[in-house]
Amino acid sequence: MSGPAPARRPPEADGVRVLPAGPRALLVELAGGEDAEAFHAELLRRREDGRLPAVTEIVPGARTVLLDGVEAGDRDGLARDLASWRVPPLRRGTGDAVEIAVVYDGPDLDEVAALWGVRAEEVAALHSGTAFRVAFCGFTPGFGYLTGLPAHLHVPRRTTPRTKVPAGSLALAGPYTGVYPRPSPGGWRLIGRAVDPAALWNPGREPAALLTPGAEVRFVPVAGGAGGAHGAHGSSAAAGERA
Amino acid sequence: MTPPPPALLHVVRAGALTTVQDAGRPGWAHLGVGRAGALDAPAARLANRLAGNGPDAAVLETTLTGCAVRATRPVVAVVGGAVCRVTVDGRPAAWGLPVRVPAGAVLEAGPALSGLRGYLAFGGGLEPRPVLGSRSADLLSGLGPAPLRDGDTLPLGAPAHRDGPPSPDTVPWPAAPAELVLPVHLGPRHTWFTEAALRTLLTAGYQVSEHSNRIGLRTEGPSLERARTGELPSEGMVLGAVQVPPDGRPVVFLNDHPTTGGYPVVAVVPQAALAAAAQAVPGTPLRFVRA
Repeated sequence: MSGPAPARRPPEADGVRVLPAGPRALLVELAGGEDAEAFHAELLRRREDGRLPAVTEIVPGARTVLLDGVEAGDRDGLARDLASWRVPPLRRGTGDAVEIAVVYDGPDLDEVAALWGVRAEEVAALHSGTAFRVAFCGFTPGFGYLTGLPAHLHVPRRTTPRTKVPAGSLALAGPYTGVYPRPSPGGWRLIGRAVDPAALWNPGREPAALLTPGAEVRFVPVAGGAGGAHGAHGSSAAAGERA
Repeated sequence: MTPPPPALLHVVRAGALTTVQDAGRPGWAHLGVGRAGALDAPAARLANRLAGNGPDAAVLETTLTGCAVRATRPVVAVVGGAVCRVTVDGRPAAWGLPVRVPAGAVLEAGPALSGLRGYLAFGGGLEPRPVLGSRSADLLSGLGPAPLRDGDTLPLGAPAHRDGPPSPDTVPWPAAPAELVLPVHLGPRHTWFTEAALRTLLTAGYQVSEHSNRIGLRTEGPSLERARTGELPSEGMVLGAVQVPPDGRPVVFLNDHPTTGGYPVVAVVPQAALAAAAQAVPGTPLRFVRA
């Protein structure tokens, strides 16, 4: 993360609500997702600079940041302090990006293309041309909720979740893009797959997660080969919803 | 001189659900990694202390039915937490105090007579490979050693030689709660519920549900009515969060809880009160009171 970004719009402290979450935690609620990402970035900067009281966890959410493990006695003072912060707005695509090689051949590619009003072949360029950022993690270790898609490319979840989504699946739901680190049930729309799913989560590596909150991310499209893992994707896409 | 092979603990009878637990892995929630760790943390610490270990050594956590193990070297063991019969090769041994178990002898912790979760500490501690700094099993995310099965083996650490285990006369093990009273701090999302629902939460009688597990203590009782509809965007969840799913029955998040969630948290139980929750068997009467 680079140094503090210059504020380009008037700083706003309104829209910040600091809610107690038990005696040792604070939930900071922001007006929107973008504000929450900016607030989280500011928290990390201040922690890095030693300007934040000790906390055990800083957990971003969709519109919130949770500070857990606040020292007893610090909570209310910290709450007042947080509510008064002037936070510079978030800037996207300014740092080094984590690159993830993906094949755009997911079983829901045609559906997503239809929702976007483009041809299936255009989904890869539109998606991989987006500067993504990890807004928050959750669901399973190493799963990041990536923002960056403009509102007109947001798609609803599937009405019927899949009972099994393969590891590495590249998926969309609402404002988010995600890559499944391991097989799991899931209701997101699958548009492709990471070439190296094992890179997403490796507890023997530091950091264990490839995608950590605040990280910039770019998807790099690669041609799909005749590999084993994606046969299922390819065939179900071919069998798919075009008819 | 070649070092001797590591001593092992053989699992003779794994029981209903026995896991390796230590102090857990706090500090990784931002990556979607929960804290895990012993649910009755004071009991695990006390068992470790009586076995001559540091407070963070890995122990076994049993669920209702106990377990039986055999070590390849003589070992000091302590069975605490839920009260149960303890035997060594079939002969009665002390519960809640250090027991010297000869090499090859079977140490058995019987079914819980009182309480739910037993802790077996061994001098030297258990040493399966740590993941992100902890040997705890996380049943939600699958991190750490898998729940034990009959025939499994676990590496045993070397005991601290200098002092050996303490020899206490009496040890204060808390009894399992006949009625579980959980203090709560309202918030962060209590405004999502009606005034009547908050009154219900703080006055009604609940029961511990049989669907409780390491992720959460589920309850049976009156459902809490929401004052507002709609979905809560995913937000961070703390240990002890009282989350209210669509059926309206509060769930108290325990150590394997998800790091983020989308149902509103009406209140939070302070961590110190959760040890009693870990020992409350299904059917235990439960009340929430203002902290």
